[in-house]
Order: sequence, then C-alpha cells, then structure tokens
Amino acid sequence: MTSLALAADRSATARSGVAASNAQRLLWLGLAVAALALVLLLSVAIGSKDIPLPTVLDSLLHATDSDDRAIIVALRIPRTVLGLTVGVALGLSGALVQALTRNPLADPGILGVNAGASFFVTLAVGFLGIASIGGYIWFAFLGAVLATLLVYAIGSVGRGAATPIRLTLAGVAVGAVLSGISNGLALLNPAAFDRLRYWSAGSLTTPGYDNLLVILPFIVVGIGLAVAVSRPLNAIALGDDLAAALGANMLRTRVLVVVAVTLLSGAATAIAGPIGFVGLMVPHVARWIAGPDQRWIAAFTLVLAPILLLVSDILGRIVMRPGELQVGIVTAFVGAPVLILLARRRKVSGL
Amino acid sequence: MSLSAPGIDFGQPSAALRLWGGRLSARVNPRVLAMAALLALGAVAIGLVTLASGEFQLSPGEVAGALLGQATAKVHMVVVEWRLPRTSLALIMGAALGMSGAIFQSLTRNPLGSPDVIGFDSGAYTGALLVIIVLHGNFYGIAAGALAGGILSAAIVYILAWRGGVQGFRLIIVGIGVSAMLTALNSYLLIKADLKVAMTAAVWSAGSLNGMTLERLGQVSAVLGIIVPLTLLLGRAMRQLELGDDAARALGVNVERTRFGMTVLGVALTATVTAAAGPITFVALAAPQIARRLCGTSGVALLPAAATGALLLAGADYLAQRAFAPTQLPVGIVTVCIGGLYFAWLLMREARR
Repeated sequence: MTSLALAADRSATARSGVAASNAQRLLWLGLAVAALALVLLLSVAIGSKDIPLPTVLDSLLHATDSDDRAIIVALRIPRTVLGLTVGVALGLSGALVQALTRNPLADPGILGVNAGASFFVTLAVGFLGIASIGGYIWFAFLGAVLATLLVYAIGSVGRGAATPIRLTLAGVAVGAVLSGISNGLALLNPAAFDRLRYWSAGSLTTPGYDNLLVILPFIVVGIGLAVAVSRPLNAIALGDDLAAALGANMLRTRVLVVVAVTLLSGAATAIAGPIGFVGLMVPHVARWIAGPDQRWIAAFTLVLAPILLLVSDILGRIVMRPGELQVGIVTAFVGAPVLILLARRRKVSGL
Repeated sequence: MSLSAPGIDFGQPSAALRLWGGRLSARVNPRVLAMAALLALGAVAIGLVTLASGEFQLSPGEVAGALLGQATAKVHMVVVEWRLPRTSLALIMGAALGMSGAIFQSLTRNPLGSPDVIGFDSGAYTGALLVIIVLHGNFYGIAAGALAGGILSAAIVYILAWRGGVQGFRLIIVGIGVSAMLTALNSYLLIKADLKVAMTAAVWSAGSLNGMTLERLGQVSAVLGIIVPLTLLLGRAMRQLELGDDAARALGVNVERTRFGMTVLGVALTATVTAAAGPITFVALAAPQIARRLCGTSGVALLPAAATGALLLAGADYLAQRAFAPTQLPVGIVTVCIGGLYFAWLLMREARR
C-alpha cells in the first residue's frame, strides 16, 4: 500500500467521529473542560450540608474563618481532588487497554489489576488483620502490580512478543484464578467478607491528602507514559504487521502501555477500590466524539472520565440523604444509559 | 451411514458424513471428532472416579455393579441415589455451559464472549439476591428469581441492541451497560443486607452442586434434552455466520433469525444450569477456548466445547468434594481456579511451539 493510499485511508477513518475536523474537536474539548470545571465546583458545594456556590467561591478565594470553609478545606476539596485524580487514572488506563488489546470489552481489570488488588486486600484483611484503608493501600497496589506482571509474563512466553489476544486471554485466566481464591477465602472468613463487600463497591471517602500523596507520583508517571505512547498506538491500531511495516516499535510500545496501565489503575484501585465501568465506558464515548486518533481519545478521556466519576459521586451524596451511596455503585447508573443511547444512535466506531 | 472424503481441500482433513442415502449429511473433521470423543471419555472417567470416592470408599467393581443393578442395597443407595445425580449433573451441566459459551463467542466473534455479554449472569444474580434478601425464599424461589432476572435482562439487552437487526458490536456495548448497572445494583444489595444473608447469597452466587437429587437430574435432563439437539441443528448456520453477515447471507443463511435463535438457545442452556445450581462461571468462558486449542480449529466448535465443559465441571466437582474434605467447596470456586490455571498453562504451551 502506498503512503498516499494510507493517508486517504486514515482520513476516511478519521471522519468516523462526531467531530469531523480538529477545530471541531477542540471546540468539543473546550466544552468538556468547561463542564468539568462546573462539576468540580458542584462537587465542593453539594453534600450532606449544601454550601451555596458564592460561598464556595468566596472561601476558595479568601481565607475566611467559617464552618463552611472548614468543611470545604478539610473534606470537600480533598474528596474532589481524589475524584479528579482517580477519574483521570481509570479513564486513561481504560483507553490504553482498549487500544492495546483492540478489544471493546477490555477494561483495566482485564490485565488482572482488580483481581490482584482484591486478592491482596483479602489476604491483608483475612490473615494479617489489617483493617484501615491506609494499611491496605500498599497491599492493593502490590497485588495489582504483581497480577499484571504475571499476566504479561504468561502472555509473552515463547517466541515473539505478547500478542493482544494472548494478553487478553492470560488476563482472563489469571483474574479468574485470583478472584476464585479470594472468594473462597472470603466465604470462609466472615470478617474479611464483610470488609471486602464494602471495599469492592469502591468509594472516594478516604479523608485528607496523605493517601492521595502516596499514589500521586505513580499516576503522574502513568499519565506521562500514556501521552508518550499515544502516537505509536495509532500505528498499532492498523494491525501488528502494518504497524511493524510503518516502523512502530511494537514491543516497546506494548511494554510501556502495560506499565502505564498498571501504574494508573493500580494506584486508583488501591485508594478507591475497584471502581468498574469508568475505564470501560469513557474511551468508547471519547472515540465516538473524536474518532479513532489515540491522541484525541486520550485528551477527551482525560476530561470526560473525571466528569463521570464526580457526577456519580455527587449523586451518591444526594440520593440517599443523609446517608451516602458508594461512587462505584452510582457510576454504572450514570454512565450506562449514556453508553446505551450512544450505541443505539450512532454508527459505532469499532476498534 | 457412510463416511467419504470429499475432493475439496478445506485446509484440514475432513470427511463427509451421510445418513439415509444422503438425505442428512454433514462435513466432519476427524481430528475434532476424535478429540471431542476423547474429552468426553475423560469426563466420564472422572465421573466414575467421583462415584467411587467419598466418605464411603468403593472399588471400581462395586461402582460398576451398582450402575448395572447388581449390588447390595447399601452400595446401590450410595452410588445411584446419593452420588449419581450429582455426578451426572456435573457432566451434563458442564456440557451445556461449554455449548453456551461457544454460542456467545461465535455470536460476538469475541473470545471474551460469554452469557454475561448479554447480561444473563448479572441479571440472574440480581433476581436471586432479591429473592434471598427481600423475600427470604427457598430453593425453588431462588431458582425462579434467577431465571426471571436472567431472562429479563437478556431480553432487555437484545431489545435495546435491536435497530433493524442486532449487530455483534452493538450487542456487546449494550450488554456492557446493562451488566454494569446490574452488577452495581447487586453490590448495593449485598452491602445493605445482613452479613449472614449476604454470605448465603455469595455462596449461591459461587455456584454449588451440593444437594443434587435424582428428581433434579430428571428435570435438568428433560429440559436439556430439548435444547441441546436444537443447538446442534443450528450449529452449521452458526459457523457460516462467523464468515461475516454478508458472506453468510450469500450462502443462504437468514442472519437475523439465526442470531436470534443462537441468543435464545445460549441463554436457555445457561438458564437451565443457573436455575439448578447457581451461576457456575468460567466454564462457558474457558471451555470453547480450551477446546479450540486442543482441536486446532479456527473457530469455536460446539461438540468439543461441550465435551471440554463436561470434563472441566466434572473435574472441578471432584476437587470441590475431595480437596478439603469434609469441607465441601462451592464448585464454582474450583472451576475458576483449575480452569484458569489450565487455561494459563495451555496458553504458555501454545506459545512455546
């Protein structure tokens, strides 16, 4: 195939998003950023005690001495920042995994992250008696990293690099074994079962910045890697052979993607529990808006994922007042209708 | 019946099977057939070992005698009334799950395809959870709740994905959405429930063959006796559909009707198992892929997947009963562990060659 034909081919597929040109994509992205800004403000304002937006802005800009400001600084802002960070991490890792495996059913969990984290949390709670989130954050992260390493090792045994299909299937196998053992252990240990059912719902209620600061470096490195691999991932989307012919370094790209996914979703899962669906859904929506260019998908995911997570978190605070609903339970109810509507309305852009 | 080698090269050895002077004919691949037979034999062998072992250890001769009706009343009771229902159910339910997985993986052309793609498993769990937590129902209540929940959510996914036809990719996306909502609802129900009730529900959701009776064996075999032959009849159109919608249409396949039939039969197979034993996961996911690797076929095939499923579930059931005896594990946990380990080993072995 000549480069001309390739270019024509690329522009033809690039048109499959809602936004047809880069100018339109920028406009959409601008709108999304504005929406995110609004959601961030609302997340600070809404809760078991509602604080009017002017007061929020006032307390953010001036150092007033009031109860409202105390709530904002001590609780709302840390929670909002956590939501932003976790949302970005989950969404971005989902976009990377789907591009790597070329499978629309793949989410960060497919590389064993959630199963590994859950397994280690089960061990920590069930056998070591660790009961605080600060205590098992490291276990969760370690479990996520080890499980991903195992998946990659199994996927890349033998000649050649790990192919997407072998990685996916290895992830299924490892994830199944680990979650089977965790479930078995949890059923034999009611205390572990009790804690796990709350942990596995996923929530953003870890107070303060201490835990966030622990995971932040991993997420920053993960985002950097994600940005670096988005161009080679575009080549990989064309298929292994064509990508190699175009000069993409397949092995390096794959390894970097796996590292980025592990850091991003491992850190997010460690602090917030296995929040599903954000990593699965947001990249699909980003792809529908922006078309198949991985760089635009990454940019849109970066903005859309925290919107979904924070809106869900806000709703979780409202619907059961004065109680709260865990954010992991709400995300699906906020996101799934959107996903189904999009799947029905547009000619979907596959992978 | 005659077997003859056709003059066309299919890339793999194949033969044509003709019955009644060619009125019913099928192309068969000897390697696939032999492998399926071997797997089925292995499954039955494991079943016989399971019949012999337990608190009350029997010799192979005693088991054979009991099965042929020539044993003492005591041995007869242990083998035929206590152990046979459970073991036979493990075999036939494993086969049903394997077939169901093959159907959904062929339908979505995705190795991650399983009945859960269409929301069945999560819906069944929701139905069962509501019965367990809200209504405090008994076994039949839970089975009915699971069936209603599973079938309802599968129907919702199919209807939502329908837009002048059901396209594989759209089905997957809609299935993701509906499953995610149901899973979220399930974890909410689990959190709100009393710890003891929640653990009961979790045990059900792991899938268990404890307490299977001759009566249940009769019910399950009667239902599967209708569904399985229909599935096999649809198998050929299913393979043609894997060529792509247009090619299948050109070959005379009614694409939408085939796809609808596959969905209904796939859900029916899983639904029967789920109603009887709870959602035994992973067999449907792994069996078709394991079978594909053992048989060297390009796509997933029904018979080898069924035989592999039977082998997997029978083996898992043996371990569930014996591994930590007298503690009886839910078989679903064992399926996931040994199935997953074997699958991983198979992937590594395949890569080395």
